[in-house]
Amino acid sequence: MSAIRAFPPLSSDRAGGQAELAHTCLYYMALMRELEDRIERKLYRQGKIVGGVYVGRGQEAIPVGTALLAGEDDVLLPAHRDMAAFLIRGIPAGRILAQYMGRVDGPTRGREGNMHMGDMKLNLVSIISALAATVPVAAGCALALRYQGKNGVAFSYFGDGATSRGDWHEGVNFASVQKLPVVFICNNNQYAYSTPLSAQMACANVADRGPAYNMPAEIVDGNDVFAVHAATQRAVAHARAGLGPYLLECKTFRMTGHSAHDAAHYVPSGMFDEWGKLDPITRCEARMLEEGWAGAGEFEHLRAAIRQEVDDAVAWAEKSPYPDPATLLDDVYESPQ
Amino acid sequence: MSTTYLEAIRQGLWEEMERDPNVFLLGEDIGVYGGAFKVTAGFFEHFGEKRVVDTPISEAAIVGASIGAGLMGLRPVAEMQFADFISCGFDQIVNFAAKCRYRWGASVPMVVRAPSGGGIHGGPYHSQNPEMWFVRTPGLKVVAPATAYDAKGLIKSAIRDNDPVIYFEHKGLYRRIKEDLPAEEYTVPIGLAKVVREGRDLSIITYGAMVWVALEAAEKLSAEGASVEVVDLRTLLPLDRETVCASVKKTSKALLLHEDTRTGGMAGELAASISESVFDYLDAPILRVTAPDTPVPYSPPLEDAFLPNAEKVVEKARWLLRY
Repeated sequence: MSAIRAFPPLSSDRAGGQAELAHTCLYYMALMRELEDRIERKLYRQGKIVGGVYVGRGQEAIPVGTALLAGEDDVLLPAHRDMAAFLIRGIPAGRILAQYMGRVDGPTRGREGNMHMGDMKLNLVSIISALAATVPVAAGCALALRYQGKNGVAFSYFGDGATSRGDWHEGVNFASVQKLPVVFICNNNQYAYSTPLSAQMACANVADRGPAYNMPAEIVDGNDVFAVHAATQRAVAHARAGLGPYLLECKTFRMTGHSAHDAAHYVPSGMFDEWGKLDPITRCEARMLEEGWAGAGEFEHLRAAIRQEVDDAVAWAEKSPYPDPATLLDDVYESPQ
Repeated sequence: MSTTYLEAIRQGLWEEMERDPNVFLLGEDIGVYGGAFKVTAGFFEHFGEKRVVDTPISEAAIVGASIGAGLMGLRPVAEMQFADFISCGFDQIVNFAAKCRYRWGASVPMVVRAPSGGGIHGGPYHSQNPEMWFVRTPGLKVVAPATAYDAKGLIKSAIRDNDPVIYFEHKGLYRRIKEDLPAEEYTVPIGLAKVVREGRDLSIITYGAMVWVALEAAEKLSAEGASVEVVDLRTLLPLDRETVCASVKKTSKALLLHEDTRTGGMAGELAASISESVFDYLDAPILRVTAPDTPVPYSPPLEDAFLPNAEKVVEKARWLLRY
């Protein structure tokens, strides 16, 4: 379980590249879906997860389509509905489950829950609960990349609600003024907890905020992993070329409540059905069949393999011990005070 | 040649930038203009725009960008133009920087310089001492030098530290105090208080600009035959309780002094620590001299009434000495 997955070297230029990309995208989207289903609908209800559960069901195309383009020098700052970014970057499923269960083998050794995790060896920065706080931090990571003469880009993830916060505007402004290599990736899932977009902002699109910072902004079908991937390529190329930050607004829908305890009664009836028809995994599979990148029987096989992978990961995580209370005071500082 | 407190900070910053190419500065008006107090005058010309970054008026971005750069292995030194504005970057400091190591094992080597303190008729937003907001945030280190020697030694230690450090520099001391500094390189360790005047009858425990008030009071009391010890905390977090308690154990009387307001101030924590550790040695109640619980007023008679001074300290000390 400790082995770190290599970053899949993807290129859609070479022959068969698109088919290979499709299979990789489908695998990570399906793995994220299965893991989060297991977490929200089984382990949480069994009382094995002691804290909050915030899933990205229906939004999987966004972390997958973007994070697959991140190279080793790039820095990712994923938000709480971006589990696939961690999987792609090399955090094994078992460690994510251990994190949720408060076990010592989670990336934060029981200090944190859900998607609040990071590992600078993988250039992965942890979010904090005050969303948008990672936006200026992403600018700082990008500043460091340029300072160090690296060609890396910071991938800054957030939702629509985060764009109402001052930190978001300060971070985006600073990145724009300094022309820093940041790709700002918004999952606009139309609800921030119970607050709909119309009560969140007066403009129609998050992308409308781009021009105020002289920053290119693109609206993307966030439920089409290929569209997200293609837009991210444009954004990353812009940022890597030293032209400054780029904003991607990925339109999607949160197919759950805010968290596992929220039944989302405030969402108008019909919206879940309507967006359910645009499910990113179903659409990816349909496209793969249409293009001849996969045969009909392959998807059931993949799902079975993923179920097995998650079964194994759950078993591994459940064997991980709880942290020793004697470690409570460790790591507040580099050296004990 | 005597070096001012401000020049000592400059020297510390300069030497660390010469020593380590990962050290860089960012803040408002620090580059071309040289900083509101001219602490960084000449740095932009010498080190260039890559290492002396003029930022928008944007404390959350200044601190957030420092965190990101620190995570990536650089050693940013951020300037808050006035300590009063640090609240605009508060969440980044207390929720992001302070908790990274504990939560996910990430180092945030970052210094936030905060010019603090009153006595310059700056009014409510250019005079505050907000150190306690940070002292009660585990994961941060907080220093508040009183002398030019410590100002230089502590800024160097803060820059080399792998944890985030909030560095409170008192504006009233910038050009008011000076001393001869060693020609050779030195640092002052974070986490160690210092007995700056030895005495037998009473301990005054303080930090920052109030160290000078305490020394003035000690001198006056000495003329009356009292032997007063003065402890300069130098670092507020982690707090050197050992040096504080050793002093009180020796003198049996404690007077706690700070320029910050009263409720929730450092004196409360010191009093509790003294009670817990050396209660049996106390011969008198623990007393405080602090600013009252008000914003910092602008007009001179009001600000004079607000700030602790040697007379207020002497009055309380006399009461304690008679007790």
